[in-house]
Amino acid sequence: MKEKITFTYNGDEFTCESGQSIAAALIASDHRELRTTRFGDEARSIFCGIGICFDCVVVIDGVANQRSCLIEAKPGMKVESTP
Amino acid sequence: MQNPDAIVIGAGIVGASVALSLTNAGFKVLVIDRGAVSSGTTGAGEGNILVSDKDPGPELTLALRSRDLWFEMQEDVGDAFELEAKGGVVVARNDDGPLMKLSSEQSLHGVAIQKLDHALLHELEPYLDQRFQSGVFYPQDAQCQPMLAAAHVIRAVVRRGGAFISQAKVTKIHVRDGAVTGIETSQGNFAAPIIVNATGTWAGELAQMAGSHLPIAPRKGFILVTEPTKKYVFHKVYDSDYVANVASSDADLQTSTVVEGTRAGTILIGASRERVGFDGSMNYEILRRLAAQATSLFPVLRDVQLLRAYRGFRPYAPDHLPVIGEDAKVKGLWHSAGHEGAGIGLAPGSAALITDAILGREQFMDPSPFSPARFEKVLS
Repeated sequence: MKEKITFTYNGDEFTCESGQSIAAALIASDHRELRTTRFGDEARSIFCGIGICFDCVVVIDGVANQRSCLIEAKPGMKVESTP
Repeated sequence: MQNPDAIVIGAGIVGASVALSLTNAGFKVLVIDRGAVSSGTTGAGEGNILVSDKDPGPELTLALRSRDLWFEMQEDVGDAFELEAKGGVVVARNDDGPLMKLSSEQSLHGVAIQKLDHALLHELEPYLDQRFQSGVFYPQDAQCQPMLAAAHVIRAVVRRGGAFISQAKVTKIHVRDGAVTGIETSQGNFAAPIIVNATGTWAGELAQMAGSHLPIAPRKGFILVTEPTKKYVFHKVYDSDYVANVASSDADLQTSTVVEGTRAGTILIGASRERVGFDGSMNYEILRRLAAQATSLFPVLRDVQLLRAYRGFRPYAPDHLPVIGEDAKVKGLWHSAGHEGAGIGLAPGSAALITDAILGREQFMDPSPFSPARFEKVLS
């Protein structure tokens, strides 16, 4: 059994297994929408899942444009959707 | 469309512009491309519509007219090309003497310039490194989204009675009694008395199929794309080494800094120049150099991530001038190619020269410096 960790996304607490990417953790908790597009205000989620498309970018501990598909969730991380 | 009045080979911006101008002159035009719209050099550029990087001479005359035609073309087509007269800011890295001299000469030939002292320069570009002391503002410099523009222009051609066929590779050009009569392609055969070679970097290959030749070679370049940022770069900003590199014939790698923001919020960083044939391999050393040069202009870019890099092949003619006009040997075969890194900017002007020549109308300039026949003289 893997260790469970907790991080926050837009203020809500999410729990996942250690080693999961932020995107994987959010999708596993049925949270798909990670941001909306800058011009059309359309929903965006994980698309390529391997760091190429930059569709899944989030703000992590205040740093913008982080690819949630590549970055491992860590205990206490503060994740926010891209404004 | 079995019997068009003219066939344009190449659906980049140069081919699209010729097709539109011929269509507007009443021709039934067929555009074909071996790939898709903008699948060659048009899809690998920055969308430069520049007058600032050209010395007084025929290319500058063409660039000035062509720049205005860009705005007319957008209005004519009625779709947005992300065309923006954002203006260019050229900064001197070291001695600003050559830049000030060039801009003074350009101003005598129709180029609008404003010389910038330290205060004005940093007012225009607040994130530029403070150590840059002076520069020149070129309000006529513009930018567009070239792939979008080519797509909209070809759509307009089709709307006005023309046709476009993609994935059609030309396999044969028929010439009878010294004049073109038609082509064979992987998507069928087409007869026409006028064929326009707008195949850019590959134009030499096509000329050869018709029994002629053009000495056009690839000059490779990389561009970096950053993540969307807040607006840090307000104009097209480049260092004055860029002008020297554009004009150079050196085969070795050259890099100079060109930085600009796009409507989408990303920042494009160029420009490298190398003559390595059609070798499309990635070169991280060049990417590092481009990134380092860009951050030396805009230190704020050090904390901005790169999304990707792309590369393409500029169509390079030995004298750095485009090839615009009828082939020296084959009647009815017209070339608009070899625009090197200026093809986006020069496309509608080149198209006007070709259409006016075909119709026997008065041209806005003497096109002889661009004549395909100039290479014949070198050979004989």
